[in-house]
Amino acid sequence: MDEALIKYEKDQQQIRLFSQGEWTLKSVPQIEKKLKHIPSAKKVIWDFSGVTDFDSSGILLFIKYYEQFKREASVEVTGYTSAQKEMYQLTRAHTIEEIAPRRSNFFEDIGKTTVGIFSDIKDFITFLGELFATLFHVILHPGTLRFKEMVYHIHHSGFNALMIIGLTSFLVGMVIAYQGAVQLAKFGADIFIVDTVGISIVRELGPMITAIVIAGRSGSAYTAEIGAMKITEEISAMRTMGFDPYNFLVLPRVFALMIALPLLIFFSDIMGIFGGMVAAQMQLNISMTQFVDRLYEVLELKHYVLGMIKGPVFAFVIATVGCFRGFQVSDNTESLGLHTTASVVNSIFLVIAFDALFSVIFTELDL
Amino acid sequence: MRKENIVINVKDVVTRFGERTIHDGVSLSIKENEIYGILGESGSGKSVLMKEMIMLLEPNAGEVTVLGKTLNGISYRDAQFLRREWGVLFQFGALYSSMTIAENIEVQLKEYTSITKEMRDALVRSKIALVGLDADVGSLYPSELSGGMIKRAALARALAMEPKLLFLDEPTSGLDPVGARNFDALIVELRAMLGITVVMITHDLDSIFSIVDRMAILADKHVVAEGTIKNVLQSQHPFVEDFFKNDYTKQKYGLEGKVENV
Repeated sequence: MDEALIKYEKDQQQIRLFSQGEWTLKSVPQIEKKLKHIPSAKKVIWDFSGVTDFDSSGILLFIKYYEQFKREASVEVTGYTSAQKEMYQLTRAHTIEEIAPRRSNFFEDIGKTTVGIFSDIKDFITFLGELFATLFHVILHPGTLRFKEMVYHIHHSGFNALMIIGLTSFLVGMVIAYQGAVQLAKFGADIFIVDTVGISIVRELGPMITAIVIAGRSGSAYTAEIGAMKITEEISAMRTMGFDPYNFLVLPRVFALMIALPLLIFFSDIMGIFGGMVAAQMQLNISMTQFVDRLYEVLELKHYVLGMIKGPVFAFVIATVGCFRGFQVSDNTESLGLHTTASVVNSIFLVIAFDALFSVIFTELDL
Repeated sequence: MRKENIVINVKDVVTRFGERTIHDGVSLSIKENEIYGILGESGSGKSVLMKEMIMLLEPNAGEVTVLGKTLNGISYRDAQFLRREWGVLFQFGALYSSMTIAENIEVQLKEYTSITKEMRDALVRSKIALVGLDADVGSLYPSELSGGMIKRAALARALAMEPKLLFLDEPTSGLDPVGARNFDALIVELRAMLGITVVMITHDLDSIFSIVDRMAILADKHVVAEGTIKNVLQSQHPFVEDFFKNDYTKQKYGLEGKVENV
């Protein structure tokens, strides 16, 4: 049967090709293998009278080799039926130019990414500008503040996060006390565990843990909510109704988080220190009374204040980045995922960067 | 058409997205109380043009005037005024998913007017009835509605502020044929009843032949034909030829004689 699909006879000047049997998707691979080995000649006569069945893959194969032969020889096709000719013409009529593959060049990619980063920064600055414009409008017309939405977001981003933040802070406080206890016990400086836990939690870890949990929890939610509204054109609908999305969507979230985050940090401080107390009692036999007494002595108010100052700043960063990324979502679901990821990554990074900045500033100010 | 007042005037609009030019000098004008169709193949910038009319996008050049207000550098006050004068029906409804249908219809009334809750409820009920939905739909969320019902609910919302201008983005797409014809009839009825001007993007031949008064054909970045169906059919542009003068359309709408004669 193999032999039957394509045969050829060669004499000095010309090749006679005989196509036979089924030229269909099933047999095309075999035929192509044979066709590759046909020697070249000045004249090709291609006979199709033996073909019993033809489909478009057979036609395309024929076209490919017809073109190839034609480059070197004159080709004559014979023995085809009118139905086959019609199919051939239809196939010919429905070919398109080769689809150019998407060019991807290393340097081009670098360039595009760089331009992308700069345009993101530019867009973010524009976003902040619009946000502040809306903010001033709201300050001048306090009645336009979306109070109900703000309370809703305080509840969802603040109150509902109490459990997870409490638990995380408790565990971190415990871990620090445990780790510190081993070291401090070597020097018999057991009681300094209170300084370690108290100051590190209140000044650094409380704000940081809270901000990171909220960035993952609420920052991502903001992006996803606003992004989904963008996909369903709800944002456009709001604009056509004259509802400023910055006033309706962004400001309530920013305000809510700026109010909720400091409160959460306070809760995180308490739970973190409590975790440290529990660990200190178990590991070093420091009673809770002793712990609290020592805490009174060493934990100055300034540490608490410095920790708290970070709260609204972190909140502003998380809420604005979350909302901004939400507005960047374009009309497809893939971009929703990408921007939600970007939102969380950006806001956690920025929180840590701002924390570092605060450390430098506070150190320079001898605080 | 009672008057010949121009309510929307688009002049030499140029729109570019990056290197891609979408509009290269698009001009058209829409008269009061007419149903105006914007037609064109996909990618010809119909939706973009509509977005430029409703201030969701700004053209790179050219001028759009709506109800006598030029949109370039429009003041906040004027923009807010315009936004209360029009209703927009988005292709997929764009109902606020966190609100029920009744709340969706009510939202602008609540924000912009000081009418009583009782009045608002009555208005909402009348709008729901007007678009032919059942009363119990009002308490449902958009996700609980079928495509056709969403369109109707979105139309009810677009009509909530008693607009002078109604923008419809493919109002009959995604509806079954019967639903689509009912929707057309509804739009004609609303036009007669409320005296509104309707601008619609459409591909629906039935709508074009039965309810659209005048239309603009967008192709090759320009308006290649504007006017009544008769005017448009005179165009020799390939898109018009393909869209209107194929065998199916000719047969279905009895254009055989008309096309040759005009």
